[in-house]
Amino acid sequence: MILLLVVSAVTFAIFFLLPRMAGQTADQLAQQYIGKSPSKADILAVKHNLGLDQPLYVQYWHFIKGIVAGATYDLGPTTAHCNAPCFGYSFKTHEAVWPQLTSRLPVTVSLAAGAAVMWLISGVAVGVVSALKPRSFFDRAFMGVALAGVSLPMFFTGNLAILLFTYQWPIFGRTYVPFTENPAQWANTLFPAWCSLALLYSAIYARLTRSGMLETMNEDFIRTARAKGLRERNVVVRHGLRAALTPIITVFGMDLGLLLGGALITETVFSLHGVGQYAVQAIDDNDLPPILGVTLLAAFFVVIANLLVDLLYAAADPRVRLS
Amino acid sequence: MTELSKTGAAVGEPVSAPSDAPSTFLEVRDLKVHFPTDDGLVKSVDGLSFSVEKGKTLSIVGESGSGKSVTSLAIMGLHRLGARGKNVQMSGEIWLDGQELVNADPDEVRKLRGREMAMIFQDPLSAMHPYYTIGSQIVEAYRVHHKVDKKTARKRAIEMLDRVGIPEPAKRADSYPHEFSGGMRQRAMIAMALVNNPELLIADEPTTALDVTVQAQILDLIRDLQKEFGSAVILITHDLGVVAEIADEVLVMYGGRCVERGAVDEIFEKPQHPYTWGLLGSMPRIDRETSDRLIPVKGQPPSLINVPSGCAFHPRCPYADLPKGDVTRTVRPELQLVGSGHYTACHLSQEDRTRIWTEEIAPKL
Amino acid sequence: MSETKKTDAADAVVPQQAVAPEDRADSAKGSGDREVLLRVQGLKKHFPIRKGVLQRQVAAVKAVDGIDFEVRKGETLGVVGESGCGKSTMGRVITRLQDPTGGTIEFEGQDITSLSVGKMRPLRRDIQMIFQDPYGSLNPRHTIGSIVSAPFRLQGVAPEGGVKKEVQRLLELVGLSPEHYNRYPHEFSGGQRQRIGIARALALKPKLVVADEPVSALDVSIQAQVVNLMDDLQSELGLTYVIIAHDLSVVRHVSDRIAVMYLGKIVELADRTSLYEAPMHPYTKALMSAVPVPDPKRRGAKSERILLKGDVPSPIAPPSGCRFHTRCWKATEICKTTEPPLLELKPGQQVACHHPENAADQAPQDTVLLSAAREAVELVIPAQSSPQESEASKEASEPEAAEPVVAKAAAEEEAPAEAEAEAEGADDAAEAETEAEEGDASAETEAHEAEASADAEAAEVDASVEAETEAAEVDASVEAEAKSDAAEADRQESTDK
Repeated sequence: MILLLVVSAVTFAIFFLLPRMAGQTADQLAQQYIGKSPSKADILAVKHNLGLDQPLYVQYWHFIKGIVAGATYDLGPTTAHCNAPCFGYSFKTHEAVWPQLTSRLPVTVSLAAGAAVMWLISGVAVGVVSALKPRSFFDRAFMGVALAGVSLPMFFTGNLAILLFTYQWPIFGRTYVPFTENPAQWANTLFPAWCSLALLYSAIYARLTRSGMLETMNEDFIRTARAKGLRERNVVVRHGLRAALTPIITVFGMDLGLLLGGALITETVFSLHGVGQYAVQAIDDNDLPPILGVTLLAAFFVVIANLLVDLLYAAADPRVRLS
Repeated sequence: MTELSKTGAAVGEPVSAPSDAPSTFLEVRDLKVHFPTDDGLVKSVDGLSFSVEKGKTLSIVGESGSGKSVTSLAIMGLHRLGARGKNVQMSGEIWLDGQELVNADPDEVRKLRGREMAMIFQDPLSAMHPYYTIGSQIVEAYRVHHKVDKKTARKRAIEMLDRVGIPEPAKRADSYPHEFSGGMRQRAMIAMALVNNPELLIADEPTTALDVTVQAQILDLIRDLQKEFGSAVILITHDLGVVAEIADEVLVMYGGRCVERGAVDEIFEKPQHPYTWGLLGSMPRIDRETSDRLIPVKGQPPSLINVPSGCAFHPRCPYADLPKGDVTRTVRPELQLVGSGHYTACHLSQEDRTRIWTEEIAPKL
Repeated sequence: MSETKKTDAADAVVPQQAVAPEDRADSAKGSGDREVLLRVQGLKKHFPIRKGVLQRQVAAVKAVDGIDFEVRKGETLGVVGESGCGKSTMGRVITRLQDPTGGTIEFEGQDITSLSVGKMRPLRRDIQMIFQDPYGSLNPRHTIGSIVSAPFRLQGVAPEGGVKKEVQRLLELVGLSPEHYNRYPHEFSGGQRQRIGIARALALKPKLVVADEPVSALDVSIQAQVVNLMDDLQSELGLTYVIIAHDLSVVRHVSDRIAVMYLGKIVELADRTSLYEAPMHPYTKALMSAVPVPDPKRRGAKSERILLKGDVPSPIAPPSGCRFHTRCWKATEICKTTEPPLLELKPGQQVACHHPENAADQAPQDTVLLSAAREAVELVIPAQSSPQESEASKEASEPEAAEPVVAKAAAEEEAPAEAEAEAEGADDAAEAETEAEEGDASAETEAHEAEASADAEAAEVDASVEAETEAAEVDASVEAEAKSDAAEADRQESTDK
């Protein structure tokens, strides 16, 4: 319920704000759709066909209707029907947005999921070990690496990874292969991208885990667990990590949701034809419908992630469960 | 070092060689627990000796920073665990039922924790894991030391919950700690500590966080359970009322050391150390009306990094100038026998102490 | 049964109720004749519990639920109760740190209940608060000087001789050194921080200081220092204190009068001698008997301990009638249905109870024990009968031990006049000191009640029941102040010693 409200509010904001932020009028938008040196009448016709001459709320209504029920565009002699989740057509390529998104989504999901697994495991592991031996050599070394990981921009580490692993020592593939075709090849190609993305995130997660663990390992219930005679390993994993992980779940859900909406820089750097790259292209071209589509998709993922995080949190922490 | 081992001997239990297993159930000899920090060495416990027999209750009394809680954690071996455990400097001997713990293999000590010796803490809410049910936490405590399946362990857990007076134990076992009231949580904590029938129970301020009516319930429970299980109990508290209520023996700590030790009647009737007098004088009484002022101990508790020289209490002691010379400032007093099983570490002469107590202190209480 | 009507009758019976407060007997410091500084009437503070998208109010935590009291100039009113009884909320409401839900607060005759923040500002000088946590209530980034001088800045007051000098004087007053002016809170110990808190509270020479658990976070020896300091300041500066604390020993030491709160209500309000020597409300009695006494000789006196079962009920849905009836060993039907009013049953001692201790029963005709009470009785009795106590300890203990009302006959058809007291309990029931009160409500009107009271006392040592039964007939039109039996009066006397 609240979820739908939020999503529709976001779409509303996007719909109203985006064209204005680009500083465009309906005329200019329509002009884009036609091509070079259009006549005044053409513009008007296109404007009419696309409904750009109608008031904004009507346009919004059509837009929403398109998503829910599909839309039919009357383009002079022919009519084009766009099926149920209809996000319109690109101004530039005249391709429907939704099929573009769906074809690119697997790439983004592959990238995000693989990187997420990597950064979660490595980040949490490093964080836990650092927390158990604070101020040790290991702790300082890893926190140094983590600091570097956070500070180095993606276009640096990404390009470095490409340079090293695909050109210098070509052990990884260059072109994306869907998971369904060849899982090994899929992983092989994505590996450098995963590593670069995971380096950035695992640095953040290591620091998060470290501080969380340092805090929980000083809690009274850890002392109780030890007083029971539990092995230290069990104390750390079952009692310490269990409590320290909960806030990390929250951040993780949000990050993953954001990434699913497209990892713009990573996809560009590694030439992965994912949602992010699609967005970058659309922004370059001032192509509104794809931007709208991608933004909406990202918003959708973030909201879903938020909801999942809330549910997960309630499952993890009995104290927040509703009575 | 020789001086210190003499302290151990002076405490009364026959000690022929330092590594002899004592006949008493729990014996602590010359225990020292030091924590190195950036500001200096914190001498939380600095040469403490005492013993407890089975079925008896020893109460360790002192203010915050006197080292009473550190002592209990040291017996449990809990200091050495965790991130900062490596730095802790611990020496002396702790004998539990014929087994020495300070120099023992850590895993051996771990096996004793929870089975032979168990602990209950001051704040049962933070001492229990918020994400696990009460039942599962007790089950865990039981299964660490017993190779039984979960069902058997759960039966045992419910039995214990029932024993400590939790209504509908089978149902309540599935509740989380935050769903319990403070008193119920402490009962559950006690159930968890006693699930393995430990022979030594250490209770660190078990009732400080509770209301008086609940405190009375919990103290009663501890007393009953001790009778039932015949275990030795160390009760750490700052409340002399609780001490009078439950202890057989009392150990008064100040600045990481024992300043007075003896049977509970002795300590309350003929206290020998000025600090004990101060504690008694500081307490408002529920049982009598005093319009007079309280008699507080002046000044602040000592820093454990720079413990005052000589008698650690001398800067706050109103009688520090009574003994001749500057003995109170230079020589650390050792425990000496002042009555049957009653020891005190004070430079005042026996006559002075008796006179001050009977003439100056006792009438004002 | 017509309990409601009966209470009305009981109401009418009490003559002292009409007595003006000024005529009340003096408390220890004779504060009775002093003028009233703070008067609180029907004070309520409810915290709404909201749920759902629209945040509808579904319930309320009735933290303070209708309390009346007054504080006279120069006296110390102690407020005790268990956690969750609403005492801290009460403190914050009377200082207007929180707005009351209902009732009135009068300060020096002026109604301050609904004064705006701006109008409250000048009054903030006169009403100050000291908090429990000496760590949390001082801003760690400010120097002691700026913390203590903050009230001057906020109120725009320029003390004589300059702010710094005044602050240094205050620091000296509370036993700190003037050199501490430029130091930060973390450099101080708990006791010293509490002194700083006190100095800040006293900066503007307040008339009323409300202290919420001022010493409970401190070590025993430091606690005594702060208690003494507050004592000295009161006599030096003529302060009036409202001290909220859970420690009954501390409250006994510092207070002139004491209010006992339970679940948002004052159940008893009396001067300290009356309250501690002869408490009337069963809750007060239970509360005090639970406090461990620092005297091992009295360990035998555990026999007099009343163990309350279970926990305090939720203030969201407090029990009907008397809020204590779910845990009270004297509770009868009327307690469940009718809330007892706070009445002055003895000069200077107000209590809200149908069956008070140390006073005439307010609802003598109502004798059927509630099931909760029957269970409570069983709890009281084993607690009483701990073995091995010496004669001496018995004597030292307060004479009124728990007085479980085990009126067996009462549970059956009310047999009039003849009282049958039977000490029945778990194991050592015979050692109980039993008082059974029974009423005859068969045919007579409320105005002409026969009250039969039986007092069975049993010697503990030989375990033989030695019942001493006294039945007294009291006409209800005769005032309730007439003691129902002589033994009661005897006891009163012996406790006064």
